[in-house]
Amino acid sequence: MGTPAAFRVAYRDLLIYRRVWKANLAGALFQPLMYLLGIGLGVGALVDKAPDSASALGGVSYLAFYASAIMATTSMFTAGQEALWPMMDGFRWSNAYRAMISTPLEPTDVVTGVAVYFACKTAVGATGVAMALTLFDDTRSWGLVAAVPVAVLTGLAFALPLTAWTSTRDSDRSFPPIMRFILIPMFLFGGVFFPIEQLPDWLEPVAWAAPLWHGVELCRGIILDSIGPAKATLHLLVLIGFAGGGWVVCTQTFRRTLRP
Amino acid sequence: MAEPLIEARSLVKRFDSFVAVDGIDIDVQPGEAFGFLGPNGAGKTSTMRMIGCVSPVSAGSLTIFGLDPRLDGRDIRSRIGVVPQMDQLDAELTVEENLIIYARYFDIKKGEARRRTSDLLDFVQLTEKAGDKVDHLSGGQKRRVSIARSLISEPELLLLDEPTTGLDPQARHVLWDRLYRLKERGATLVLTTHFMDEAEQLCDRLVVMDRGKIVAEGSPRSLISQYSTREVLEMRFGRDRNKEHLDEVEAVGERVEVLPDRLLVYAADGEGVLATLRERNVVPDSALVRRSSLEDVFLRLTGRSLAD
Repeated sequence: MGTPAAFRVAYRDLLIYRRVWKANLAGALFQPLMYLLGIGLGVGALVDKAPDSASALGGVSYLAFYASAIMATTSMFTAGQEALWPMMDGFRWSNAYRAMISTPLEPTDVVTGVAVYFACKTAVGATGVAMALTLFDDTRSWGLVAAVPVAVLTGLAFALPLTAWTSTRDSDRSFPPIMRFILIPMFLFGGVFFPIEQLPDWLEPVAWAAPLWHGVELCRGIILDSIGPAKATLHLLVLIGFAGGGWVVCTQTFRRTLRP
Repeated sequence: MAEPLIEARSLVKRFDSFVAVDGIDIDVQPGEAFGFLGPNGAGKTSTMRMIGCVSPVSAGSLTIFGLDPRLDGRDIRSRIGVVPQMDQLDAELTVEENLIIYARYFDIKKGEARRRTSDLLDFVQLTEKAGDKVDHLSGGQKRRVSIARSLISEPELLLLDEPTTGLDPQARHVLWDRLYRLKERGATLVLTTHFMDEAEQLCDRLVVMDRGKIVAEGSPRSLISQYSTREVLEMRFGRDRNKEHLDEVEAVGERVEVLPDRLLVYAADGEGVLATLRERNVVPDSALVRRSSLEDVFLRLTGRSLAD
């Protein structure tokens, strides 16, 4: 037997990525460090002075609370952006995906191959963040290793539904609004900077429905060893639901777009 | 005669209510160079995409290698090479990498892919560009990369959709030369074009398509002899005066076409017609006698020129 089709698809993306992966890893290392020094330590010093902050944050320092969420947010931004412009390139600009389906590859192979590539790319980013988090006493734990695959899954929970959207578009006009009105609000209100219990009551269920919160809670719980198996399973299932659902929709939209 | 490589009967392609291909019959034999000639929007590309198994058949029947695209698309595509209308190359990768990733799509092992890549780059005369990014190549060179890439799987059938559109004349001739060599090696070529000279150069047999239908079929020479005369006299009388001498011209030519800028007179002996007209004091500003081409066939069949 030969190589599975999805890996042959991902080979193309990885060949392109090979030229930039070091920069990508360096970015994943230094960007969270900047955030952590600025917000984690700076804002954290103020927050930790408040008398009831520790209980609101689940008994951890603000640095630990915030830093552990960066695993998930980095994946969201990496995979999310990857699902927008680079996907549009494959469909409309370089037409790489059209080239693929004129070979024995099927549209479904392309979907799975793209998912493999997303996973590889977010794994590099998540590893970079994990390495950065080992520098801080509050976040240095074996949980960082287990959080890497969770971060990858969080990335897929964004990338695959967004890829389905991209595959039906003729232009990239909708992409800046997606960044501005979907990814950024999730970043701000998805339990990254403060627990979602601090949100107005009516907004809290919105955070439950967003994949980011589940990724953040699961990464945080694993890194800080503060989550029970029931909650962890629930978060995991939601993330798998978004990623798996996105994959299923992609198989349909890819077929429709690539094989009119 | 051998079993046809491609056989289509009453083949139809619809997009919602628009009928792109309207019930065509085709037989392509192994080793043949077969062309679809027609203007933009005639249905050539839609037909090619159905043959390439990347667009479902709306109605009618189509078999390639005796197989049904609906059931055996993957198998058929593994035996076809495709040169699309617009290059689908990865601009960020090198010429060599473009060929190797494409070989991987066919699950060709890397060592074998490298060997074939070096042979094919030699064939399309791009060996010295192997390590260059595709982005830095000229249009003609990119086209040659596309052709090399389409050959990486050693296909039995090569589909070329407007292979030379957008290229300068020199690049076109280089490309024709390479395609001609493939033909000599016994490859089956199916191509679309709206250049009559390209069809004349490359095709053993072709169909003329217009608005989704086949309007004529045959070898370039037989189409010309059937639908045109041996020679064509092109005369210009200056703006708006082309129609003034129409009666006299029609009296001597077999057939006359009035175009906005010139008159085309169809005749076996163009110089003879011009001499007769001069004797009768019909003197054009300029005159040119040329051989009939497929352009004339197309004009005769559809009343429109291919360039429209």
